[in-house]
Amino acid sequence: MKDGAAFSDPARERIMFARRLLVTAVATLLLTAVLIARYFDLQISRYEDFATQSNNNRVLVRPVAPSRGLIYDRNSKLIADNRPSYNLTIVPERSEDLEKLLVDLGEIISISERDIQRFRKRLKQRRPFEKTSLRFNLSEEERAALAVNGHRLVGAETSARLKRYYPDGELFSHVIGYVGRINERESRTLDTVKYSGTDSIGKIGLEKFYEQQLLGEVGSEQVETNALGRVTRVLDKTSALSGDNLTLYLDSNLQQVGHDAFKDKRGALVAIEIDTGGVLAMISAPSYDPNLFVSGISQKNYDRLLYSKDRPLFDRAIRGQYPPGSTIKPMFGLIGLEHKIVTPNYKINDNGYFYFKGIERPWRDHNFARGGHGHGVDLAKAIVESCNIFFYGLGVKTGIDLLSDYGAQFGLGSATGIDLPGEKRGIMPNRDWKKSSRGQSWFNGDTINTSIGQGFMLATPLQLAVMSARIASRGKVRTPQLVKAINGQQQPILEAQQQIAINDQHWDYVHSAMEDVVHSSRGTARSISSGLGYKIAGKTGTAQAISIDAEEKYDSTKLAERQWDHALFIAFAPADNPKIAVGLIVENGEHGGSAAAPIARAVIDAYMQSNPSTAVAER
Amino acid sequence: MHRNDFVRQLNSPGGDRRPSRILNIDAPLLLILIALCSIGLTVLYSASAESIFYVKRQATFMLIGLFAMIAIAQFPPRLWERWSVLIYLCGLLSLVAVLFFGVGAKGAQRWLDLGITRFQPSELMKIAVPMTLAAYLGKRHLPPRFKHVAVAIIATLVPVLLVARQPDLGTSLIIFSSGFFALFLAGLGLRYLLSAALLAMAAVPTMWFYVMLDYQKQRVLTLLSPEQDKLGAGWNIMQSTTAIGSGGLSGKGWSQGTQSQLNFLPESHTDFIIAVLAEEFGLIGVLGMLLLYLMLVGRCMMISLNAQSMFGRIMAGTISLTFFVYIFVNMGMVSGILPVVGAPLPFISYGGTAIVTLFLGFGILMAISTEPKRI
Repeated sequence: MKDGAAFSDPARERIMFARRLLVTAVATLLLTAVLIARYFDLQISRYEDFATQSNNNRVLVRPVAPSRGLIYDRNSKLIADNRPSYNLTIVPERSEDLEKLLVDLGEIISISERDIQRFRKRLKQRRPFEKTSLRFNLSEEERAALAVNGHRLVGAETSARLKRYYPDGELFSHVIGYVGRINERESRTLDTVKYSGTDSIGKIGLEKFYEQQLLGEVGSEQVETNALGRVTRVLDKTSALSGDNLTLYLDSNLQQVGHDAFKDKRGALVAIEIDTGGVLAMISAPSYDPNLFVSGISQKNYDRLLYSKDRPLFDRAIRGQYPPGSTIKPMFGLIGLEHKIVTPNYKINDNGYFYFKGIERPWRDHNFARGGHGHGVDLAKAIVESCNIFFYGLGVKTGIDLLSDYGAQFGLGSATGIDLPGEKRGIMPNRDWKKSSRGQSWFNGDTINTSIGQGFMLATPLQLAVMSARIASRGKVRTPQLVKAINGQQQPILEAQQQIAINDQHWDYVHSAMEDVVHSSRGTARSISSGLGYKIAGKTGTAQAISIDAEEKYDSTKLAERQWDHALFIAFAPADNPKIAVGLIVENGEHGGSAAAPIARAVIDAYMQSNPSTAVAER
Repeated sequence: MHRNDFVRQLNSPGGDRRPSRILNIDAPLLLILIALCSIGLTVLYSASAESIFYVKRQATFMLIGLFAMIAIAQFPPRLWERWSVLIYLCGLLSLVAVLFFGVGAKGAQRWLDLGITRFQPSELMKIAVPMTLAAYLGKRHLPPRFKHVAVAIIATLVPVLLVARQPDLGTSLIIFSSGFFALFLAGLGLRYLLSAALLAMAAVPTMWFYVMLDYQKQRVLTLLSPEQDKLGAGWNIMQSTTAIGSGGLSGKGWSQGTQSQLNFLPESHTDFIIAVLAEEFGLIGVLGMLLLYLMLVGRCMMISLNAQSMFGRIMAGTISLTFFVYIFVNMGMVSGILPVVGAPLPFISYGGTAIVTLFLGFGILMAISTEPKRI
């Protein structure tokens, strides 16, 4: 192939051309071989991979969300429901101009800057042909407006899903708790398969404790989709199984009455059905609306709840720990009688002060200024009038070992085992406890403080109710429970084999003294006795919110309200055949008899009205 | 001479050249083309989601193309040789016109609106460039001298750059390669070839940094690692290789290709149609179609070798090679060994202008093939 040939030589040119053409023909064949190799590689060597990939493209397994189990009260009133909620979603790829679509939507329904911000954040995590939520909980009007304007909102659609709804709002929030969006921390430990169709989870309360039962089983459907993610055909479907329905021991009516009785006071009340250990009412006041949390609470609302002085998010019923004060006196009295430290005939003289050998400063009674409870104070009078001096002596003579041993049997110092998460244990102090937590030995002074439910001693309102129920049932040790039945299947009553070993006549004695607390003319809770058609046995208590020196007198007028004493009350009724036991506290309520006891009566009244047979038949 | 014998053998393969008495028709060429068109319509029916509309339209264009081809074949090649420069200049003018008055879609100006129909001048240049070069070089002493090579290069590069500006990288590359093939077949010296190779290597970075647009660079990057951009530019390639690969040996069956039927495959009835064929008819289908293509290219090369004039040889050779480039670029890009450029698969992809242009090219080939022997 030399260039620069001077003369035209057709034959030579033809040969040259033929050689060139041959070169290109060979090149053509080689490149064809490259193509064949490539298609062979894709279609034969890697066929399996691509076949799988193609199938994945085509068949999508979508989770089908199970509907969460419902929660009913004992009278089958629905207290945790699922309701359809409509969300506005956008498939970005389907909209021609996303920005314009957002503006258009903003003209039809209200879309906040924050909605759009969140939408953009979610958008980044999703593929352009997937649905991304823009607005939640569309109202009926909004849905109608969107439907009418649908033709010019290509790419936007409303989609429905079930959302938890608590019809009674704040009434049950501390018991039921609430569900909320699964957060990042939770999603790390969750079983991703079980939760594949669900974006919420029980956060606190029963919703959390019974999460596994309420959740249900996720179903699945195999659908054929196109590249836009649009379902063209459902190939196969496995239905989801709804979560188990819970029926509670709770009585909405009692709950409502108790809730109303607290009005704007802070505190907690627990009412227990003595025969079963079932919780009839459980109130922590103030409360909050759990519906706020279901589809994500706004920062403003959350801050309002979180930083409120009244701490509405704090479940006082199982997490609030207060000195039980005089409410433990009946229990300690029982120990004294059983162990013959006191007898029904044993009496003391009370001048308002209690001196203990070797300790200069005396303990005093709440009525020391009036000279104490005077002469002839026996155990019954000490309970009825709440005499501290009697119990100081009784406590010291009984000794902390016996007090704490029995205290534990009555449910103090350890979790009651109720079916709720996050229960506090309270403190039933003893030698070991003080050694390990304070590194100090036990002193008699500690026993004296403990003997009137002060000092180290702490109990939750639930524990007070449990103690009350165990006194009422003459020593039956039953674990408090909220859930009565799961899917109609009655749950077993949790009762210990061993009763608290106390002689029957001692129970009689203490029950009678507690009845006199309410029904005798000198009882500390006599104010609630008027007009009672049945008998209540109870015991008031007062717990210091701050410590007052022995030399000073407690004077509420000199203290801020938040430093006033807490008012406590335990009760059971009917006194001669106990069915309901109550424990409650009113924060800074000052006096158990005036602040706490009326709330207990309101709840017990409501119980007696709805169960008249118990009052009449047993009488 | 030994070489002469070789040429003579190729020159007289017996009954291959059998000009029709009434019409100048190259029967083998016509049969292969009709076979390819039938396959094309079959695949298109499936690729367009069983749309009769598309198939009818495509069939209409094919018929127009067939008649145009046969019509052109009736004129002696000399006529085309004479008119080639004028056609070339018209094409060049309309390319310039496209720059100013062009209409287009997807950010590219490619068409001239002629009122009744749209006209794509770059398509015309696919034929005009090799025709002009063949006419120009065929009249010169071969191998061409420097001056002629220079003229030929300029005549190629002007339309190439104009088309690249539209931007239409695929067509511009086709025109460029047709110019190169013409020069190569005309016996371009080894020195030129070597320097061209060196120049090409030097041009790569220049092209990358100064000429290529971002989206074009993106396509090259995507070719190198489609997985990096699964949802964007890599999507097409991943979906098309999946379609091809999942076809296996014998395919999923006509209209049963899930990748294409469920819209996973982009551009399934135009540039990516080979993926539909590969998915539904498998490797067997791909090989069958390649065989037809090779037969067509082979037949064209035969015509080229037997042509009576140097114009005819260069023209026929260039067209057959350019035709193969179409196939290679398209099948290469869809299967992920070449970057994605706009290159349809001849006779199979949907597109009227491209079909008609193809037939025009083959019409000239047929004219060359049926030219009466001078010797």
